[in-house]
Amino acid sequence: MSYQFLQILWFILIAILWIGFYFLEGFDFGVGMLLPFIGKKDVERRAIINSIGSTWDGNEVWLLTAGGATFAAFPEWYATMFSGFYLALFLLLVGLILRGISFEYRSKDAAPAWRSRFDWMIAIGSFLSALLLGAAFANLARGIPINADKMFTGNLFTLLNPYGLLGGVTTVAIFLLHGANFLGLKLEGELRERVNATAKKLWVVATVLYIALGIFTYIADFWNRGMVSPGVVPIAAIAFLLAAGYFINQKREGWAFIMVALNIVFTQITFFLMTFPNVMLSTTNPDWSLTIYNASSSQYTLTVMSIVALIFVPIVLVYQGWSYYMFRKRISADKKTLVY
Amino acid sequence: MDPITLSRLQFALTTIYHWLFVPLTLGLGWFVAFMQTRYYQTKDETWRKMTKFWGKLFLINFAIGVVTGIVQEFQFGMNWSEYSRYVGDIFGAPLAVEALLAFFMESTFLGIWIFGEGRVPEKVHLASIWMVAIGSNLSALWILLANGFMQAPPAASYVFNEANGRLEMVNFFALIGNPKGWIFFWHTISDGFAMAAFLILAVSAYHIVRKQNVDFFKRSFQMAAWVGLVASLMIFFGGHAMGQFMYTAQPMKMAALEAVWETEQPAPFSLLTIGDLSGKQEVWSIRIPYAMSFLACNNFTCEVKGVNELQAQAVAQYGPGDYVPLMVVTYWTFRIMMFFGFIMIGIAAFFVWAMMRGDITKAKWMKWVPWILILPYLANASGWLLTEMGRQPWIVYGLLKVQDAVSPNLTVVDLWISLIGYTVVYGSLAVAMVYLMKKTALAGPDAAIHESVDVAAPAIVGSQD
Ligand code: HDD
Ligand code: HEM
Ligand code: HEM
Repeated sequence: MSYQFLQILWFILIAILWIGFYFLEGFDFGVGMLLPFIGKKDVERRAIINSIGSTWDGNEVWLLTAGGATFAAFPEWYATMFSGFYLALFLLLVGLILRGISFEYRSKDAAPAWRSRFDWMIAIGSFLSALLLGAAFANLARGIPINADKMFTGNLFTLLNPYGLLGGVTTVAIFLLHGANFLGLKLEGELRERVNATAKKLWVVATVLYIALGIFTYIADFWNRGMVSPGVVPIAAIAFLLAAGYFINQKREGWAFIMVALNIVFTQITFFLMTFPNVMLSTTNPDWSLTIYNASSSQYTLTVMSIVALIFVPIVLVYQGWSYYMFRKRISADKKTLVY
Repeated sequence: MDPITLSRLQFALTTIYHWLFVPLTLGLGWFVAFMQTRYYQTKDETWRKMTKFWGKLFLINFAIGVVTGIVQEFQFGMNWSEYSRYVGDIFGAPLAVEALLAFFMESTFLGIWIFGEGRVPEKVHLASIWMVAIGSNLSALWILLANGFMQAPPAASYVFNEANGRLEMVNFFALIGNPKGWIFFWHTISDGFAMAAFLILAVSAYHIVRKQNVDFFKRSFQMAAWVGLVASLMIFFGGHAMGQFMYTAQPMKMAALEAVWETEQPAPFSLLTIGDLSGKQEVWSIRIPYAMSFLACNNFTCEVKGVNELQAQAVAQYGPGDYVPLMVVTYWTFRIMMFFGFIMIGIAAFFVWAMMRGDITKAKWMKWVPWILILPYLANASGWLLTEMGRQPWIVYGLLKVQDAVSPNLTVVDLWISLIGYTVVYGSLAVAMVYLMKKTALAGPDAAIHESVDVAAPAIVGSQD
């Protein structure tokens, strides 16, 4: 396999890892943020947590694998991005810690104050994580100051520009909607009604923000800097989001979920098409951008990693998919059947 | 403090913290899997209770290992970007494989194990806890192979690429066949078993003394005593192997952990050495003749090189600089680890002996047993401090120095924010975790089995029920 082929292959693989992460953990984040608002009683909150209880950690591993794969395949990208976004990533980590620990600990003590504290930590942690991820990706699309030594020269405030913030807020809104749709599929009875009603409202907010982000991207001409034009992909993404609104109103939960999921997937594809072959665009001087060519590992490493991925990725997909299949039943907010 | 010191401090604190929880996960997983298997085979209710009780402690501990592990994965890029650029071509691979091979496995199957009882077939439920145990031990293997490269990079595995000024992998099998990594693995897995065994011993003793669930805890105690004995012996053999490998791969670390200033042949083993305040000059010592030579190379007369000679050699080879690690740390951490190791062997052997002589449940010494829990934790943290500080000033032994590895764009302010932030978050996690561990351990198996709904009082959160 030629070196260039491998570099492109790994760009695609890492894109797939991020897409998988956004799709899966997206609804986890949404469910987390909705938890204290949708769940009024303790059993209800437990039912909501259980909808993702068995799978959230596995979903988060998509992020770890994206990180690890970036380290292995594009060390320069890993180094520049992670050191550059230092404080943002630190806050992201805090968010992930808060929610991760709370899922496991909230029911291990019966005191209402204990539980409510952890429930809020889940919501806040999920919110923080979604916001920061969204802002980070928006900044990657926009470009950031990078010098000739492949080093980020800004600071946290460089990332807090209007476009970055809009990206963050939009991501939060889309994940909320995604989470609400997911809960609509997993819950029963009154909770299900409640969450479907919420989904309707969330759809309006998410759609407005999403279209605003799209317009901003278009006007600022962030489309045109990569080698390939995203073409109809972003248009399809918007169409999926609009279709989701229709299905939510029709109470077709399955279709609504699929449409928002497709919106997320197509948005991420748009992002990666916009960047390719850059992985980090330098606003200081486009020649100093990190690309798949100047940021990648050696041909040997990429070959080894390709073989490893070829063997193990399918296995992981099979058992992770199977674990979703096993827990496909709806969950009712009923003490007798809930696992604590 | 300068950015390098701050980054080092942060890495040390977060890693040690992560590592406080990991060994227990590594070992306790096997125990729980075994207990559940026995229940599956015999349908004996006590085995079921054991699975539930120890399983719950396992989960409380596991959760912290997971959330602190994510920090570990990101820190290489965040704090050590130049390191990541320099060795990413090699070092990134085991990290990526770890996530793909091990993290997916443990997290997915743990989810099935927690939520699957009564929902998935019993066999699948049983298999899933085995998968969790295998997955977490696999993750240990890959991370230790990664660390092995930093400690003793196998010459066959890499070349230096002049064009882009970094190391590149040329042989993956040399990387994963690195003996250093496998010795680490042996020593660490044994450590995991010992950690779990000592926890079980400590908790069981607490209940035995109070005559609660005596059958249950006696069975746990007996099992753990045997495992504890075998595991702490294995730790010793692994440790001996580490010493011998270090003799060839990292002679400076060897000299530093023994406080050998001048080259000696045959070399004595230092029982106690007092250095001066700089930690770099000897003032006074007691030594056992020949013992060090034996530890280092299984032979009573071989030569052990001293710090002074090695420093001169290093200067000749790598240019001027200080190549001596902080000896106070290497020396004392080694002693803590090793003495505690011997004490652990002794204690476990004593338990086994006492069990063979008669009924241990009435023994007077039982009330002291809970204190043994401290031994593996301290030994473990000391072991890593020795390993990591003993390789100073190198981050990759002989190839890259720590001072050249840190992220150049980070300011002191950035680092203080994250350092204080981690300290606060980790501190609070520790409070919650210790509280839950203690509560669960002291409440005993009945609470663990009924916990699902009953304990969860009709708590009304937020609004009316
Ligand atoms: C319960 C924990 C525990 C106990 C009782 C011991 N160790 Fe250990 N030791 C560790 C836990 C540990 C560790 C934390 O797990 C380390 C750090 C790296 C590693 O793989 O294991 C370690 C590292 C380590 C190293 C450094 C390796 C290096 O940097 O290259 C040596 C030489 C030994 N050990 C030797 C021993 C000896 C001779 C022991 C006597 C019984 C002993 N250890 C007991
Ligand atoms: C594979 C696993 C590990 C890797 C790759 C690793 C890597 C590193 C790195 C990059 C540093 C910073 C550079 C330095 O200051 O030397 C470091 C320092 C350190 N690590 Fe590790 N580490 C690993 C495991 C551990 C574990 C499990 C512990 C113990 C709990 C540990 C303890 C430390 C300590 C104490 C330092 C600070 C030493 C110093 O002051 O320089 N490490 N390690
Ligand atoms: C500094 C290097 C290290 C990194 C980058 C790292 C990374 C991680 C990550 C990302 C997780 C969470 C996985 C999940 O979400 O399920 C984790 C947990 C874990 N790590 Fe580490 N780790 C390091 C040191 C170590 C060492 C040295 C070992 C073993 C020898 C180890 C063994 C484990 C195990 C068994 C878990 C499972 C959860 C638990 O421990 O409770 N880690 N690690």
